[in-house]
Amino acid sequence: MPSTRDIRRRIKSVKNTAQITRAMQMVASSKMRKAQQLALAGRPYAALMNNMLAHVAEHAGDFTHPLMAKRDVRKRAVLLVSTDKGLCGALNSNLMREAAKFSKDTTVFVCAGRKGSQFVARTRRTLAAEFTYKDSPQFGEARAVSRFIQEMFVKGEVDHVDILFTNFVNTLTQKPEALPLLPIGELKAVSAGVDSRALGATLEKSPLEYLFEPGADKVLGELLPHYLNFQVYQVLLEAKASEHSSRMVAMKNATDNAKQLIKDLTLDYNKLRQANITKELLEITTAQMALGN
Amino acid sequence: MATLKLEIVTPDAKIFSDDVDMVTLPGVEGEMGIYPQHVPLMTQLSAGEIVVRKGAEDFFLAVGDGFVEITGDRVAVLTDMAIRAENIDEAAAEEARRRAESRLGEKLDDEEVARVNAALAHSLAQLKVKRRQGR
Repeated sequence: MPSTRDIRRRIKSVKNTAQITRAMQMVASSKMRKAQQLALAGRPYAALMNNMLAHVAEHAGDFTHPLMAKRDVRKRAVLLVSTDKGLCGALNSNLMREAAKFSKDTTVFVCAGRKGSQFVARTRRTLAAEFTYKDSPQFGEARAVSRFIQEMFVKGEVDHVDILFTNFVNTLTQKPEALPLLPIGELKAVSAGVDSRALGATLEKSPLEYLFEPGADKVLGELLPHYLNFQVYQVLLEAKASEHSSRMVAMKNATDNAKQLIKDLTLDYNKLRQANITKELLEITTAQMALGN
Repeated sequence: MATLKLEIVTPDAKIFSDDVDMVTLPGVEGEMGIYPQHVPLMTQLSAGEIVVRKGAEDFFLAVGDGFVEITGDRVAVLTDMAIRAENIDEAAAEEARRRAESRLGEKLDDEEVARVNAALAHSLAQLKVKRRQGR
């Protein structure tokens, strides 16, 4: 049986924990709001860009671009977008479970976020590069990542690039998703946070023939890299929104649990205290009765 | 009369989405006016000014680099910046232009130069639109 002092100490420590998780919840929820806003604001642009690219790919004619080259897949790369810090629920473990599905021998990983590279190192997979991104991802950071991937692909080091990240659905739901990024061409669902059915509907409306100004090669030459940069950027935004949402929920649960625990412990404490008082009273009265006799 | 569905979208927001009568765009090969039933066209946009005509009214927007897709009845503009003339802060744009110009004098790597040039183009476009409004 623990003493009242033990219980008191326990309550105090749980209270401290609750205070910390509560503070983290507050921080995460304010960051979450910002990150969600950014991710949602980027979606119309991403959707329109997808649309445009799909039309271009369909009508570019004979023109091909190094980034569209389809080759036999001998080596593939995966851009793994994870978080830097833990304490965000099952987000990373769900993501890593997806990552583990890629073959160990033929896949190289490019990581954004520290958790991803830790996973790659732990499971002895090949890490090609590690990038970091800030709490509010900058376009420049996305460009650095995307440029590295494009180089790998164009040089022929890899024949296929997927991007694995946590798609933000809503505050309570985040889904790990793998999207093909390179070669550009299979545009069916290549869009972060864009409904592929809506994309399919607009694709049908595409007109017969396009003019390109100044020329198909120039427009494509500009559009494709920009598309990839933006795609990576949007993925970073989605991942951040997911991370903060997930952390907010995890911390809220932790705080609620701590509160429940405090309640239970307080009840135990009071019970024990009362039992002690009763016991003491009983002893006093017994002693008095003994003396009175 | 046929109208064009104009959409101007930046990574931050959908700036403009409406049915309009005519659009004038700053393409990389010079300004072009788009009327409804334009031939399908894909082109690059350079920083400058978009003029939108709807009924008897003209709207002006400052835009940055980007891409335009035109299909008969729809114009989609993807750009990294778009601001309506009435929302442009002339003093801020002027300040941004000065800052960008002075940064260009410094020693920068390619990445930085590209960014500063983009910033400069943005501020110049804004100033152009704003000053035209003033006249």
